[in-house]
Amino acid sequence: MSASGARYVIVGAGHAGGRGAEALRAAAPEARITVIGAETYPPYERPPLSKELLDGTMPVEKTFVRPLDWYAEQKIELKLGVAATAIDRGAKTVTLADGSSISYDRLLLTTGGRARRLKMPGGEGPNIVYLRDIEDTKRLKERLVPGAHVAVIGAGFIGLEVAASARKYGCDVTVLEVAQHPMGRVVAPEIGDWFANLHRSHGADVRTGTTVTSLEPGGRGLRVTVSDGSVIDADLVVPGIGVEPGVELAQAAGLDVQDGIMVDEFTRTSDPDIFAAGDATRHFNPFLGRHLRLESYQNAQNQAIAAAKVMAGGEDPFEELPWAWTDQHGVNLQVVGAPLAWDQLVWRGSPESQSFVLFYLAEGVPVAANTINSGRDMRPIRQLIRRATPMDPAKLANTSLKLQDLARG
Amino acid sequence: MTEETWIAVAPKSAVPEGEMLGVSAGGHQIALYNLDGEIYATDNICSHAFALLTDGYFDGDTVECPLHAGRFEIKTGKGMGPPIPCDIASFPVRVVGDDIQVQVTPKT
Ligand SMILES: Cc1cc2nc3c(=O)[nH]c(=O)nc-3n(C[C@H](O)[C@H](O)[C@H](O)COP(=O)(O)OP(=O)(O)OC[C@H]3O[C@@H](n4cnc5c(N)ncnc54)[C@H](O)[C@@H]3O)c2cc1C
Ligand code: FES
Repeated sequence: MSASGARYVIVGAGHAGGRGAEALRAAAPEARITVIGAETYPPYERPPLSKELLDGTMPVEKTFVRPLDWYAEQKIELKLGVAATAIDRGAKTVTLADGSSISYDRLLLTTGGRARRLKMPGGEGPNIVYLRDIEDTKRLKERLVPGAHVAVIGAGFIGLEVAASARKYGCDVTVLEVAQHPMGRVVAPEIGDWFANLHRSHGADVRTGTTVTSLEPGGRGLRVTVSDGSVIDADLVVPGIGVEPGVELAQAAGLDVQDGIMVDEFTRTSDPDIFAAGDATRHFNPFLGRHLRLESYQNAQNQAIAAAKVMAGGEDPFEELPWAWTDQHGVNLQVVGAPLAWDQLVWRGSPESQSFVLFYLAEGVPVAANTINSGRDMRPIRQLIRRATPMDPAKLANTSLKLQDLARG
Repeated sequence: MTEETWIAVAPKSAVPEGEMLGVSAGGHQIALYNLDGEIYATDNICSHAFALLTDGYFDGDTVECPLHAGRFEIKTGKGMGPPIPCDIASFPVRVVGDDIQVQVTPKT
């Protein structure tokens, strides 16, 4: 197979699918490229769904990875509004929901994921909105009217972003989090608590260490009973309790799936002609030396680009430091690194201020960092973490020393 | 049609080597960069979502957006790959005495 005349098929026209198509076209100008998407929109970026698209400050088109006509100009075939239903690995074909099938030389799976459901009675219904796509945002936005009471279940990135947007609309907001601290999967308790206070100062009722014990129709819409026995009378419930990777197609085709489509650092699945990228995957990260499943923009964009290059004959692995961000009440938090453990936190700048950095050290080595309204520091911070050498905490904390100088060592 | 004009935006001393400065002129938000003593000017607003590039990271002849790590060439305004959808404007610059002047078409 020559890369130039190859037949590439991408299943999943989301963020990774769009970036993958773009990078495939750049790497293989002559190839035939088809992107199959269950949604009716061209590939788009999801971060605005809980932020600017929800609070009305960004039009839908601005979320598109590329405008619709770009795909035709680039001779990329977009099949939208139709799901792929099966992969025949022997025949190297993909079957679509409309009964048609399409053959591939190499296949890229970018099937993303879906919002994890509350597995309890009342977990589905007209007064519950799970947020994953543009239609969900439209439905949610309609319900965010002044005085409506919104109960957000889960104080992760998406839950807290919805809480912030809902307060902008003048809704009453209650956030219910089972753990003791918000965003506990990704940041230190100190940062979680900082954000809890931010939301409280904007009028939200943030309750941590609180489990939802029942959801019943009644009152204004849903009665939410929590572990201390109190009842929240909500118009609307928005769960933000994580993502389930979209692995069904891969699993049915017999690919190795373990809470995510298993891929190596070259984005290869257990079938040499099938690649995967984005939320659907659990990938091997050479820098961290382990497999991990990420739900992030960076992973969708750059893993897909890496996959496209390898599919077209390249040899470079995907080996970035995990990085994600969130915007809440005008505060930008960025998180880099994915440490399993740390033994020291070093503040650079005061947490009393609106702009500072927190380093996570393990045996003196910076393994992760958070920036609060200081995204400009991310680049030298990445370099510092990549160096993986012990750092003097006093130097890291000293704002009169430039991070770029510290990163150079 | 409004004409292109030279507008003084800052004293040269306000933009030391390796630094940037956000200014406005003729209705444009403009980023000034001092690269090895030479001043360059581009739009200050990232073409991706919304951020000021002068809040970002100036490195070599590129500037990195503080939000999603998109990058631009400071000499030309050229976007350097995802997630940047398009280039940003770059403006002619001259230094008259100690004044940095940029040439812009004022927005009406
Ligand atoms: C509300 C929200 C806010 C977010 N905010 C941030 C943020 O601030 N920062 C950050 O780093 N990350 C954020 N993320 C995460 C980021 O958006 C995701 O990690 C990213 O979208 C993953 O891209 P993907 O292409 O893997 O999956 P998706 O974007 O989910 O795309 C998968 C696509 O595949 C389609 N599909 C699935 N199965 C099939 C099939 N069988 N046939 C055809 N099509 C199929 C789906 O319909 C979907 O369109 C956010 C996510 C959400 C939902
Ligand atoms: S706003 Fe600049 S890269 Fe996204």
